[in-house]
Amino acid sequence: MRESRFIRVPFWLTFAFLYLPIVVVVVISFNDSSNLFVWKGFTLDWYGVLFSDQAILQGLVNTLIVATGSTAIACVLGTLLAVGIQRHTRGGLIRAFALAPALLPDLLLGIGILSVFSLLGFTLGLYSVLLSHAAFSIAFVTAIVLARLSQLDPSLEEASRDLGAGPVRTFTRVTLPQLAPGIVAGALLSFTLSIDEFVIAFFTSAPTTPTLPIVIYSMVRFGVTPEINALATVLLFVSVVAVLGAQRLTRVTEAL
Amino acid sequence: MTVPTGTVQNRPAPPPAASRPAAPARRPGAGARFAAVPLVGPGALYITLLVLVPVALITVYSFFERGRFGGVVWTFTLDNFARLFDPLYLSVVGNSLVIAAIVTLLALLIGYPTALMITRLSPKWRTVALIAVLLPFWTNFLIRTYAWILLLNNAGWINQALQALGITDEPISMLYTPQAVVVGLLYMYLPLMILPLYSALAHQDRQLGEAATDLGASPFRVFRTVTVPLSIPGILTGCVFVFVPAMSNFVIPELIGGGKTVLVGNLIRDQFLKARDWPFGAALALVLTVSLLLLLVLQSRLSKRLTEGKRQAEGKKVRRDA
Repeated sequence: MRESRFIRVPFWLTFAFLYLPIVVVVVISFNDSSNLFVWKGFTLDWYGVLFSDQAILQGLVNTLIVATGSTAIACVLGTLLAVGIQRHTRGGLIRAFALAPALLPDLLLGIGILSVFSLLGFTLGLYSVLLSHAAFSIAFVTAIVLARLSQLDPSLEEASRDLGAGPVRTFTRVTLPQLAPGIVAGALLSFTLSIDEFVIAFFTSAPTTPTLPIVIYSMVRFGVTPEINALATVLLFVSVVAVLGAQRLTRVTEAL
Repeated sequence: MTVPTGTVQNRPAPPPAASRPAAPARRPGAGARFAAVPLVGPGALYITLLVLVPVALITVYSFFERGRFGGVVWTFTLDNFARLFDPLYLSVVGNSLVIAAIVTLLALLIGYPTALMITRLSPKWRTVALIAVLLPFWTNFLIRTYAWILLLNNAGWINQALQALGITDEPISMLYTPQAVVVGLLYMYLPLMILPLYSALAHQDRQLGEAATDLGASPFRVFRTVTVPLSIPGILTGCVFVFVPAMSNFVIPELIGGGKTVLVGNLIRDQFLKARDWPFGAALALVLTVSLLLLLVLQSRLSKRLTEGKRQAEGKKVRRDA
């Protein structure tokens, strides 16, 4: 292709742009100096500091509680919702209703949920973040399970019914196993989204129970300490592993 | 959203559908319909309580007065919406529109050739490139923002490189400027431009371009008259995907812009957490959301019309060929 000259240069520039910040953070995390910008040799000290920082560890624990709880709620409700929508509705209204939380700006959702909790007099805490995260996660699980449902062969369920299995048994023995890959993909997505979610947690968490993104936000805001580079590198590593794992499981890029 | 809860026996028989043919009974038995409640019910209830009610409450708040010490006084007013036309707030809205538009345009200019190049790769490298585009997007967004604080710093790598190359003697202050906010937002949402563009370009019929080349068109002309027009739905999707979140982001203006660049998102956040004027914050959020949703609807309508037009044209071609 003759045109490739004109697109090859921007292509490499884009990847340089995408990866330069990541390289900077990783390199600085190994810098044996409390001045971020002067290289003084290799060290792993910042990782030691990181793993003894109580605020970060507590933030991590909070984040994992929120992500696990909201993913569990989202998987159960989202799967039921998807099956119900596919079986019992023809119009797009309930479908749009179920998927809307993923389309709404997180800022609106955050202030809206804060308003409701405050009107009802709920004290904010970890549970308020957990419940809020599940609200948007349901939409993602529903969407993925719906996509999976549309590929299933209905005759398998009919066969199960004809052979005398009740609706519950058919669901748990025939439908659910076929939906499993979709549910796992939905769970992975909602778990990662919840771990990274900042805006909604920003409005619905209490100052005493910050999630990890909120801890990072205050660290960045109130002066940079070198250990944040170590934290960033660890999170990067976890994300890379998670993305590659999800790719193996679901072949996300083929859907494009 | 009400879900029918009565048993089938209690309900009057549905009127015979005269205008449309009776739908084949897909699922025999009355039990199938009844099962809708346990399936849809819990999820619908959850979404109602934690999405629908919150959004409704924001809508309601926007029509009432703020209390003297925060809170809401239940007196109906349209003042919150009138205040949007205060020059002070209009300039914030204008600022946000300009910055989001610049970010979208830059993302398109950078993203288009990149997406096109990815379609030209071998299947194996194509997957690698797509994952490589996605990977930064999947890393924590505060960490990505923080990385730019390091890069744009007076003592950061960019300034060090500029000085080492002799381009400048003194560090250029780049952090805490509107330009830095643009770079941060661009970095944040670039993958959301590249992926739909890639999707549109990958599904394009390569033979059309080849035909144009055979007929003597230069590569640039092929690009301008064949490739780009056929990818307009992808361009629209990418632009909306970037513009929408760029409009409401409040973290990047704060962290990379140093709080000097105030965008709509910052204004809404401040009304809720600092000024404690929830009704005005609610009105702002409502107007922002409605505008962005209208943009989404417009984009999907336009894309649909464009693809339908294409299909009709193809249909005509097939009929003529036959």
